[in-house]
Order: sequence, then C-alpha cells, then structure tokens
Amino acid sequence: MRRSIPTTAAALGLTLALAACSSGSGEEAEATTEGAATAEGTLTMWVDDTRITEMEPVVAAFTAKTGVEVELVQKASGDIGKDFVAQAPTGEGPDVIVSAHDGLGEWVNNGVVAPLELGDQAAAFSPAAIAGVTYDGATYGTPISIENIALVRNDALDPDTTATTFDELVAEAKEAGTDFSVLIQQGDASDPYHLYPLQTSFGAPVFESTADGSYTDTLALGGEAGDAFAAYLAKLGQEQVLDLAIDGDKAKQAFLDGQAPYIITGPWNTSAFLEAGMEISVLPVPSAGGEPAQPFVGVQGVFVSAKSANPVLANELVVNFLATEEAQDMLYTEGGRMPALTASAEKVDDPILQGFNEAGATGAPMPAIPAMSSVWASWGATQAQIVGGQAGDPASAWEAMVGTIQDAIDQA
Amino acid sequence: MSDPQAVTTAAPPPTLGGGTVTPHARRRPSPGFFVKLALVATVDALGVYGVLAAAAVASWGIVAFLVLALVVVNWAYFSPRALPAKYLVPGLVLLLVYQIFTMAYTGWVAFTNYGDGHNSTKQDAIASIAEQNETRVEGSPTLPLSVVERDGELGFAVVQEGVVEVGTAQQPLAPAPDATVEAGRVTAVPGWDVLQFVDVAGRQDEVTVLRVPFSDDPADGSVRTQDGSTGYVFRPTLAYDEATDTFVDTVDGTTYAPSDGGNFVSADGTVLTPGWRVGVGLDNFTRAFTDSRLSGPFVQITAWTFAFAFLSVVTTFALGLFLAIVFNDARVRGRKVYRSLLILPYAFPGFLSALVWRGMLNEKFGFVNEVLLGGAQVPWLQDPWLAKVSIVLVNLWLGFPYMFLVCTGALQSIPADTIEAARIDGAGPARILRSVTLPLLMVSVAPLLISSFAFNFNNFSLIYMLTGGGPNFVGTPVVVGHTDILISMVYSVAFESGTKQYGLASALSILIFVVVGVVSWLGFRRTRTLEEI
Repeated sequence: MRRSIPTTAAALGLTLALAACSSGSGEEAEATTEGAATAEGTLTMWVDDTRITEMEPVVAAFTAKTGVEVELVQKASGDIGKDFVAQAPTGEGPDVIVSAHDGLGEWVNNGVVAPLELGDQAAAFSPAAIAGVTYDGATYGTPISIENIALVRNDALDPDTTATTFDELVAEAKEAGTDFSVLIQQGDASDPYHLYPLQTSFGAPVFESTADGSYTDTLALGGEAGDAFAAYLAKLGQEQVLDLAIDGDKAKQAFLDGQAPYIITGPWNTSAFLEAGMEISVLPVPSAGGEPAQPFVGVQGVFVSAKSANPVLANELVVNFLATEEAQDMLYTEGGRMPALTASAEKVDDPILQGFNEAGATGAPMPAIPAMSSVWASWGATQAQIVGGQAGDPASAWEAMVGTIQDAIDQA
Repeated sequence: MSDPQAVTTAAPPPTLGGGTVTPHARRRPSPGFFVKLALVATVDALGVYGVLAAAAVASWGIVAFLVLALVVVNWAYFSPRALPAKYLVPGLVLLLVYQIFTMAYTGWVAFTNYGDGHNSTKQDAIASIAEQNETRVEGSPTLPLSVVERDGELGFAVVQEGVVEVGTAQQPLAPAPDATVEAGRVTAVPGWDVLQFVDVAGRQDEVTVLRVPFSDDPADGSVRTQDGSTGYVFRPTLAYDEATDTFVDTVDGTTYAPSDGGNFVSADGTVLTPGWRVGVGLDNFTRAFTDSRLSGPFVQITAWTFAFAFLSVVTTFALGLFLAIVFNDARVRGRKVYRSLLILPYAFPGFLSALVWRGMLNEKFGFVNEVLLGGAQVPWLQDPWLAKVSIVLVNLWLGFPYMFLVCTGALQSIPADTIEAARIDGAGPARILRSVTLPLLMVSVAPLLISSFAFNFNNFSLIYMLTGGGPNFVGTPVVVGHTDILISMVYSVAFESGTKQYGLASALSILIFVVVGVVSWLGFRRTRTLEEI
C-alpha cells in the first residue's frame, strides 16, 4: 500500500479540492455566490406553528424584491424562545426570530438578541407595540401585531349583555340554561394569563410599575387585593364557573357546541367560531373586584439575533421591509391579526378585531422582565390549588405563593 | 491530515482498480479488499469533510478528534497486525461520541455556572454589553447612507441637509462636493467606489462594525449602519477598555471589572448583564444539600422515586412472567396470535402512550370515567394517591410486554429434560415452578430486572407526560408534586421554576447517577450468587 510522494500529493490535492467544493455549497455560500445576480445569501427565520402560514407569502414578497432567500423554520411556540437562548451562542441559531415579546428580557439578559434602530418609522407604530419591543430603553424588534383576550359572546344564546360586573355576567349567563356559564380555560396548572383580567380588577397586578409604565421586579400581586382575588377564585371554583378539567381545547369546543353563552379568549380562536357559522360579539371583560379588568397585551415582534452572520440582510428584512405599511397590510390579510402599524390598523374594519382592540385599550403590557419567568410556575400551581379546593385557606395559600415567588426572584 | 494513507485511500489511483499486482503486494487482493477499500474511503471522505467543516468554524477540538479517529480507522483496517482493533474500533468510536463525551460534558457543566445570564463566552458577553449600551444620540438626524470603498478600505457617504459627506473609521465625515446624488442617496463619489446592495451583503461583518466619527469631537458620536442604506449617529454609554479588561461608563466614569462569578461588576455592586460561563467548583453540588428551596420536599420525592421504580419492576415482572408461563404451555391455542397482540403496547412510543393515557384518565371527559365507569368522576390524576396508582398502572401497561418477551425467551431456553426429570421425581407444577423454573429463569432475567429498575428510576418521559409531577404539593418553595421523581424534580427546579440553570441540573443528575450506580452495583453483586445454582 505504499505510494510514491507525487501520487500522494496529487491525491491529497484532489481530496482537498473535492472537499472544499462540497463545503463551499454549504456554509461558505455567500463568499462564492457573491457576484451572482439572484442569490445574495440566505436568512434563516424561526417562526412558531401559529404564524408560519401567514409569514410564507410575506417573505416570498421580500425575496422577489431583494433576491435574498429566507428559509422559514417552524418551531413549537412553547420552545422557540428557549431554543433561541440555547442555540444562538453556538452559531446554530436563526438570523431572525418571530415571537411574542414576553421573552425579550431573558434574551437581552443572555445577550442573544441585537438592538436595532427603527428610526422615524418608530413613531408610526402604536405606543403599546413599541413599548413591547423595547427593553431598558433600547429597541430590539419590529412589532407586527398586537393581541389580547376579551369576552366573546354567542349572540344566539344572549343577544344583549346588561351585566356590568363579572358576578352579574355569570348570573346572566346561567339564565341561558346551558352546561357552562362563562368559560375560562384552565388545565391542571390553571391559566394565570386568562384569569388576569379578573385579577387586575381586584387591583393586584403582577409587578409594580414606574411612572413611565415599565415594570420593576417588585411584586404587587399580594396584599389585601391579592387575598380578595384568591377568595374570589375559590368562590368561582366552588360554583363550578372555573373547572380545572376544562383546558383550552375543551373550552373552545364547548363554546363551539353552544354549551356556553360566553368565553374569555383571544382572536386566535374567533376564526374557528366564525367558520362554524356562529354569530359572535367581542366585549371587554366586566370587572369582578371594582377596578378595570385589564388583560395582558402581547406584542408579536420580529427580532434579529446578536450572533447572526447576516446582520445587513436581516435588518433589510426586519427594519426596511416588515416595518412598512405594505408588509403589515399583507400580514393582516394573511393572518387576520391586529397590525402593530397604526396606518395598517386603521384600515381594519372587522368588528371582531375592533372589539379585541377596545378590550385591550385599557390592558397592561405583558411583562418582559426576566423576573417574570420566575412567576408563571408558582402562580399557575397556586391558582390551580385554590380553584380545585386543595389549598385550604385561599388567602394564606396566595400569601405563601407571593413569598415563594419573591424568593425565586431574589435568588435568580 | 498527518497520515498520508488516509488521503491515498480517499482517492485510489487507477492502477489498483485495474487489478495489477503492485511490487509490494504479497498476494492478489481479494474482492473483499475492494469492498473494504470503498467503505474506508467513504469514511475517510466524510471524515475529511468533517475536518474541513470544523476547521472553517474554528472548532479545533472536533478537528483534533476527527483527525485522530481517521488515523486510527485507517491504521486498524490496513495494518495486518491490528486484527482485534478491526472489531473494536467502530464500537469504541461510537462509545466515545455518544457516551463518554456526553458524560464528560455533563460533568464539566456541573462545575460551571452555565445557565440564564451566563449563557456563552466572555467574548460574546463583552460584544453584547457593548452593543446593548450604544445609544442613538438624541435629536440626531437620519442619514441616507451609501457604503463606499477605496483600496479595500470601507467608508460611508451620507447626505446631510443636501450636502454629501464622506468619512472612514479614521477620517471623520467631511464634505465631498463633486459627488452625485440620485433620489436622495449618493450614487457616485470621485475616487471612491459606491458599493451596491449585493456587495454590501458580501461584506456584512465589516459594514456593521464600521463606526465613522461624526465630527472631530468624539463626544459627537459616530455614524453606523445596520442595513447599508441608512445611518444613525450613535454614542456608547459603556466603553470596553481592552488594556484593563473593564467597562467604563462614558457619562459618570464608573468602572466595571470582571468578577469571579462571571460578570462585570462595579465597586458598588452593580452587575452588568449578560455574564459568561465560569467554573464555580463544587457550588452546584453543595447547593443540592444547602438550598432550603430544594431540601424541603426532597425526602418525600426520593421515597416515591424508589417506590415507583421498585413497584414498576415488580408489577411488570409479575404480569410478564405470568403471561409468559401461560402462553408457554402447548395446550393454549392460538398462542402466536396472543403473543403478537401482547407485544403491541411495547411497539408504541412510550411518551405517546403516556399522553393518550393522560387523556383517557381525565376526570370529566376521559374514556375511563365517561365510558368504562359510566360517568363517574374519579380524580385519577388529581388525587395524590390515585395519581400514584395511575402511574404504576400505566407503567404496568407499558412495561409488561418487555418482561413477557424476556421471560418467554428465558423459559424456552430451560431444557425440557430438567423439567421432565423433576416431574419423574414426583414434583407437582407449583414445586417445579418454585424449585426449577424460577431459579433457572432468574439467572438470565435478574440483570435485566436491575437495568429495568435503573431505567424506571429515571423514567422522566412517563412522569412528565402523564401527570407532569402533579398534583402539586401545597406551599412548597419550588413547584413539585406528589408524583415527581428525582429526575423530574431536577427538571422542574432547574428549568421550569424561572431561570434555567444547566450547571445545577448537571450536578443533580450526576448525584442521581451515583445513586442508581450504587443500587445497580449492589444488585449485580447479589445476582452473582444466583448463577451458582
């Protein structure tokens, strides 16, 4: 098996050349195809499963305009933020990510997202949308849509709502004689997000906020207001208005089947109701504790990775294309969500979306501070124990939870 | 790359293909040699590709490993003296990659503070802090910008109030009167090439890091661009000083020095984020015992973990053995059909079955309550004790086919004449089972029972999918529940209760590994006595 040196050298050269060609078609594509007219590089964009279909035609329009290919990668909506944090430092993450804004604080804290400058275009977005993608004074993304939950009514069961408080609403709903009154999705770990309008109506928001509306990491959900809400939760659990066995799918199905005149849900479910031929109206959630019932307002944004190898192309897509009226109009047509750009939002004449918009007008932005991630698990578990009746005294369970969460935040 | 043979075999010269005998060959190569040559050539080609790809992204550890692996593979398959290695190398390489590396990596992570806020390297942290703390100068203009080039040096050409200005990293913006402006943007500057979008896209890294001073005064900030077409004036609020390895606040002069914990910290204790990964010694291990948030429910969960693993083994083995004995009897008709059907639960992915069972055991809408129990509302997964029972029953359903298969095999390997001899000696069926069949069976099955115990001790997917650990304990500092086992508690503590802590999770999983290892070792020592029958 011994070969002469020239043969070895020739073979070595050939192998290297072959290997170089094959790897050139992969990672080094930009370098070799730089001069080509069409392909200027490829952007990788992570999108969750609920948004990928509306993104496809929009990025196709971007490719037609600039020649930059965009590869859409579908991620599960629960994992997209976690995977981004884990993979960005390895260089295997995406260039661009589409996600709800509530993970932003964690991303900034881990250095995986790059700040960007929207310039004068920032003023064209609704202030709530810009607030959502801003963290510590810097803007990190282009907002594309705003979402919040509201009270959805089945007009066939109750054509006219006269109730002004949540208790009256439940009483009114019970007159319809259906299996359920006001559906609020739960599950084994309850659902603090869907219960938040009721909680804020007792004056117990998660965090204290400063004068300019940004959250501090001091908890505000305890105290007398929190205890009152806990007692109210226990009451709703006893009255079977809240039921842990009713998770998101079951609540939606029950409402579709006409088993309840009301459901508290978001715009992501209303298209299914309309397709089933239901007549529905969207109303603000009535107050249970006397103060305004504020839902969380979530902003969907597009963010650029701090480790992107294509920062110019990524900004071309995120800032120069997705922030335009044309792109935001297109996203609305494809996805039917309330656009974040004011000019596009004004064109929306859908009464359903307008209903959600009105219900969200008083809403509170979903906290994006890292402390929020210490809140969810205990919050849901305690609410579930109060609703399910395992907690004994609701107020003391609630106070124990506040202490636990504060400990977790202090330790983090 | 150091081994010339590795390369030679990757591209065999044509003389070999012709079948001519080389002067050095002692005999004509057999057809098997060419098969081997082709296979090793494929492996080498993949290996060389891997080396180049890894070198391109500067992963030198992977490069070193691949080069070493290629040398060993080629030596093993072309050296006549390496016969045992020919059989051992593939297994050893896979063992290294899939077992040793993972264990070593977990071990390494256990001694670091890898987790939220300490997600990457110091270099990345410095880059992120610098990037996050560069802010736009208030009231500064939006500048239509073109990227220009002269002798390989990049610069920006901007239009400010109708005047074209050009500058580079060294040269602050200065008017360039002869430039051409079309549609508000510079399209030509004498002495400079104006880059098109395609060219900018080809030099993205250089373009985005370029800072062109706005004026001679550094306090005015500098122009930068993200997209190659619009420039903004930015000023850093925190500047990194490489010489002293500190961040300095440009406004009040506070310095932030790197700390042992992997963060830049100022004298008054203000911490900059993100931090980076550093070694923390045994902190993660000691936290498992000292952190009051962990020690609370620890005893209860450990007890349940042992109970769950033990009950799972006992119940699945009992049912599997019973069915194996029944269907091993020649008098049962249609044995093959029954046996095939019994293996079905084993054929479904376990986590999928667990999810389906979760649905079937739902208190209000589950199949079990709704149909089988006629509308009863049994809280299968909501009551602490019923949830434990449900888990053991579902695991019985999932696990008995394995035991059934194993026992059937072991039963069939027991010589018929031993049984026959026992019968002639006057032993009844129960006596034969107790004194002949079971002892012989245990010789081959006992090690599998131990491994089954070890598997169930860490059966994360079943717990996570079926109950998620719930129902939760009331008032515990971390969200863990009555059905959580140690590994699912680790998951809950290290990932779900707020921040992600990979270091802590690795340390805890190593502790669990030690427990399982000790239990298995004791078990295997016991089974050695069984073999002496």
